[in-house]
Amino acid sequence: MSEQNNPRRAFIAAAGAGVAGLGFTAIAPGLHLMAVAQAADATTNSPAARKAGEAASSAVRWGLLVDATKCAPGCTKCVEACHTENGITEKMPDARQNSQWIRKIELVDRRNGRKTELPMMCQHCANPPCVDVCPTGASMKRADGIVLVDRHSCIGCRYCMMACPYKARSFVHAPLTEQNPEVPRGKGCVESCTLCAHRVDKGQNPACVEKCPEGAMIFGDLMDPNSAISKRIASVPTTQVRSDLRLDVGVRYQGI
Amino acid sequence: MSSSLTSRNEAGIFYVLAAIGGLVTAVGLGSALYMEHAGHVVTGMNNQIVWGIPHVFAIFLIVAASGVLNVASIGSVFGRVIYKSRAPLSGLLSIAMLAGGLAVIMLDLGRADRIIVAATHFNPTSVFGWNVILYPGMFAIVAVYIWTMMERRMNAYSKPAGFAAFIWRILLTTGTGSIFAFLVARQAYGSALLAPMFIIMSFAWGLAVFVVVQAAMYFWNGMRLPPLVLQRMKNLLGLFVAATLYFTAVLHLTNAYFAKQTAFEYFLLFDSEFSALFWVGQVLIGSIVPMILIWSTTGQRMTWVTVAALLVIFGAFVQLYVFIIGGQAFPLDIFPGYDVKSSFFDGQVDHYTASLPEILLGLGGIGIAFTAITIGVRVLRFMPQDDVQHLETAGAITD
Repeated sequence: MSEQNNPRRAFIAAAGAGVAGLGFTAIAPGLHLMAVAQAADATTNSPAARKAGEAASSAVRWGLLVDATKCAPGCTKCVEACHTENGITEKMPDARQNSQWIRKIELVDRRNGRKTELPMMCQHCANPPCVDVCPTGASMKRADGIVLVDRHSCIGCRYCMMACPYKARSFVHAPLTEQNPEVPRGKGCVESCTLCAHRVDKGQNPACVEKCPEGAMIFGDLMDPNSAISKRIASVPTTQVRSDLRLDVGVRYQGI
Repeated sequence: MSSSLTSRNEAGIFYVLAAIGGLVTAVGLGSALYMEHAGHVVTGMNNQIVWGIPHVFAIFLIVAASGVLNVASIGSVFGRVIYKSRAPLSGLLSIAMLAGGLAVIMLDLGRADRIIVAATHFNPTSVFGWNVILYPGMFAIVAVYIWTMMERRMNAYSKPAGFAAFIWRILLTTGTGSIFAFLVARQAYGSALLAPMFIIMSFAWGLAVFVVVQAAMYFWNGMRLPPLVLQRMKNLLGLFVAATLYFTAVLHLTNAYFAKQTAFEYFLLFDSEFSALFWVGQVLIGSIVPMILIWSTTGQRMTWVTVAALLVIFGAFVQLYVFIIGGQAFPLDIFPGYDVKSSFFDGQVDHYTASLPEILLGLGGIGIAFTAITIGVRVLRFMPQDDVQHLETAGAITD
């Protein structure tokens, strides 16, 4: 029996090729994601972009300023942008079970009937009740002030939803499909506005800010006195929603 | 003992009861699996009412599990003899109900499969985090306590073990009440009063469960509870029910006094689906009627005291439903002074209808407790042994 037609050798060779193929199949998505990430880094030359592996810095505190006087009645562009960016596509039979990371609220002043509209989302508190109550530490605040849920350690107890004074959190009530790879979500976990952390880390604005046709939202570093957001907050009266709770929120409102 | 069940019948009834308990437990576990697979979309819970009927069952079982140990504490810690003979049974009921309650609360988690994460990641600022230590600790302490009582050589240690269990369960129920007491977001909660209130609730509910189980065991064995024991226990039950009602009144009056809470109190007490439940279910049927049954002449008969205890248990479920569901149904006051509306139902009162799977999950918790109690009282010696004649002579029982 020659070496060429030894069936055992042929089997081992084929199995080896198969294992190598499987191995490549297993690591290929990772390699692809790395290439995507590198390409994305290359497209954003913003100095604020954070390199992969570099920790978020406590020298910045990301925040939002919403000018409610500019927020157009009936406009939901920010909500749509958020849903597209974060892959929030599910529609439950009971609408109260749908996730909403950002929503438009219509306010009517009971004294004079004055109407105001504004987008409401996680307020990214400096003292977040959701982080205090989370039994596993899945609810956490990044060094740069962004409040997030670690999807790997959230057990879905919903205590954070009981604790949030802004109704900012949603619970994923059913299996999900068509997710954005940069924004992993999952059935049985709690989630909320991430301030588009994946975009912010690339030096981009959150999707809602970018898509607002009225320019009603400013995103920036609250600790930098020269940032646009800090300058505006220093020059006009702004409001922290439920300021009585002393949560020191990262999202401020103008004109309410 | 002519009225007692023959041993053959007794064995038959035991297997029937154990089978019923096992079946209810199996159906509950099946429901949990279904919820785990499909997601909470198959429940009535949503993003406004995030805790539902499973939490009503779980919190009842956990609170009553703490309170039922009161019987043991009165015996071991405070030296009352008639309670001492009931201490092992009280420990068994405590462990069984705690197991049932914890099973429900864990199986309701969105990611019940990550229970190991809850056990290995600890956030010291979370009341739930404390409970991850308090609940398993309760199992261990009560198990040791029962051991010291039932193993003759360990009897000398039963008093310190009982004292440890007494302290631990006060902490445990403080922890359960504090789950709500530490919430600033919703008008219904966020009151330090809730911690002591949960403790007194636990006394009433736990004793009510004890009275019912004890009545069933005496019936099973064709025995009659000594009148003096009945007298003591029903008076104590009445006192705890009255104290719970007092705390309820103080909680609502305090809230009604604060302008920022008035709208919620009006909603809960007079203008919602929860109002009738509160007044008729919790106050009338769950508190006043039992007190009348206990303290009128009907209270001399075991049957009526048992009925009173059953009504207290019914009232407890109604109270928790009103407290947990009613507290979440009222919209968050994010913008005081404004009428608000949104696609996320801001400003709207929510309505909750429990679905079958979540009800079955809750009943599964009762099934676990029931099965554990049935097997426990059958295979071990938990039947209270009273020597009333001797006690009366010694003057240990006084009214």
